[in-house]
Amino acid sequence: MAGDGSVKLIDEKTGKRTDGRKFNELRPTKIEVGVLNNADGSALIYMGNNKILAAVYGPRELHPKHLALPDRALVQCYYRMSTFSVAERKSPAPSRREREISKVISDALNSVILTKDFPRTTIDIYIQVLQADGGTRCASLTAACTALADAGIPMRGIISGVATGLVNDTVVLDLHDIEDQKGSGDIPIGYSATLDEISLLQLDGVFTIKQFEEAVKLAIEGAKQIYEIQKKALREKYALIRAEFAGESEEEEAEEEDTIEIVSQSLAESEASVDETAIDEVESEELEEKKTEEFSEVEEVSEVEEVSEVEEQDLVSDIAKELNDELDDEKELEEDITSLETGEPEKNNEAITDDSSESVENETEHKEIDDLEE
Amino acid sequence: MSDDYVVSEIEKDYILTLLDQGKRIGGREKQEHRPIKFELNFVETKAEGSAIVTLGETKIIAGVKATLGSPFPDTPDSGVITTSAELSPIASPYYESGPPGDDAIELARVTDRAIRESHCIDLSKLCIVPGKYVWILFIDMYVLNADGNLIDAATLASLAALSTTKIPKVKLNEEGEPEVLEEKETLELDHYPVTVTSYKIGKHRIIDPILKEERIADCRITFGFDEGGHIVSAQKGGIGVLKPDELIPIAKECLEVSKSYRAELLKAIEEFKKGN
Repeated sequence: MAGDGSVKLIDEKTGKRTDGRKFNELRPTKIEVGVLNNADGSALIYMGNNKILAAVYGPRELHPKHLALPDRALVQCYYRMSTFSVAERKSPAPSRREREISKVISDALNSVILTKDFPRTTIDIYIQVLQADGGTRCASLTAACTALADAGIPMRGIISGVATGLVNDTVVLDLHDIEDQKGSGDIPIGYSATLDEISLLQLDGVFTIKQFEEAVKLAIEGAKQIYEIQKKALREKYALIRAEFAGESEEEEAEEEDTIEIVSQSLAESEASVDETAIDEVESEELEEKKTEEFSEVEEVSEVEEVSEVEEQDLVSDIAKELNDELDDEKELEEDITSLETGEPEKNNEAITDDSSESVENETEHKEIDDLEE
Repeated sequence: MSDDYVVSEIEKDYILTLLDQGKRIGGREKQEHRPIKFELNFVETKAEGSAIVTLGETKIIAGVKATLGSPFPDTPDSGVITTSAELSPIASPYYESGPPGDDAIELARVTDRAIRESHCIDLSKLCIVPGKYVWILFIDMYVLNADGNLIDAATLASLAALSTTKIPKVKLNEEGEPEVLEEKETLELDHYPVTVTSYKIGKHRIIDPILKEERIADCRITFGFDEGGHIVSAQKGGIGVLKPDELIPIAKECLEVSKSYRAELLKAIEEFKKGN
């Protein structure tokens, strides 16, 4: 909760904050995706001294069944702070604060996930704060949404979380621990740069309406920067996969056997993702079957797919166009993704005739790229 | 939870059609709240303070208990406020008994935030021996009848209860230990914060919805205001989203409504004080 604002946290001469940042500057932020092998998707965010891990499972079967929603997937988020993540040891029991944060984060994510594509299932998001440095709910939201993209969960857009606050009557971006405690206000915001939507908003402290307006504007600017970091993190993962695969492609025949085995473990494992790329190239029918089995849990959704296929084709061509424009900047990286995509439509058509459940997976992959590029 | 309460498509269409014409069920304006009734000091002999607030058909009782306890290590000279809320089946067939669910926790924490951040209670006055003994104020709310807009009603109920709160006087004995006396003194509130929740239904915004309206809403946003018109708390809830350019108009609408809520609250408190 906010303090009374009596502590000097901004240097009057230089306008710099206690950690040397300007009022509109984010802390150094880095995101890594696919850091956990067993989760379907994962992300680790470093934001200042925050270190937060997010893991995503699903869409998967929901227990107990009576909680299932007949028309869409349930999105369950568990935000937990490690006992050693804060100055005073935190009790390991989930606090009311953690439960509230879990609720607001799952509400926010619920607004972008295409939950109607997966009725009766659950999408579980586990967030573990390893080290807290203020603004953990925002960093958690950022990490969770990146992990969802990594898991290939179809989404309308990506949410980026950032807090703005009031320190010595100045609106500042991305509060760190001391500013959070001693400042006079804090507004955590979840914002999607592509959709121009606010999906999370809380506030404590004392703001005039004008300061509130200013703070929201600043948060949106910050969220846009974080969105770029999220995109970069997701791109990097696929560039790595591509690079790894390029080295292996000569031994295609030999690799195929191993590939099948790994794919059957988990699709979203980083290794497995390598193999997905491999699948596009080798188009092994055997592999397709294996993957179909993986998705037998979500077979029920097959009716919805026919429609979304068409939309996807459009999306893919849009993305391809966009990619060409950007080629100058990131030539190598983009080429990787383009070739990833151009492989897809063919595979889609096959999938429709083959087995409709296969298309669930295709959509997942598309949305992932969609998220990357949008 | 009230998630099980389903509004039929026909009713949903009806509500939306009415809204398109600028009307609501019950004939209210979009930014008009239901009549409010206060019963102050309802639990007169046992609780330190209490109140029942009836907002339309929504009814909430709040009680305040004060106990001596130790302060938090980082704020040794401040008293402590804790809030809780219970959504028991007494209020609705859609509630279940058991430990508080996410909705109850959110309700309590949003109410708490408005009280705490507005600094309406001077916590240093609740300190008896710094670092050792402070008053801990428990503000506990029980929803008695749920018909929408619990957050605004809960804040009104807890503020009304606080306005009637009397805390025992304390004397320190020779060993420096506190002794609670029979005599009580009124808890002073610097001002009365209120929360106003705006619900977004399609392209419409309404305040103080009945349950049916609340259930078809896309999302809600709650603003807490102090008497100076500052925003002291906010909470967005529900799975819908807000456009950035909507926020300020919503905040301004809510600020207007907050004046009406506060006027009703102050009127009730004044009448109560006259009666005593």
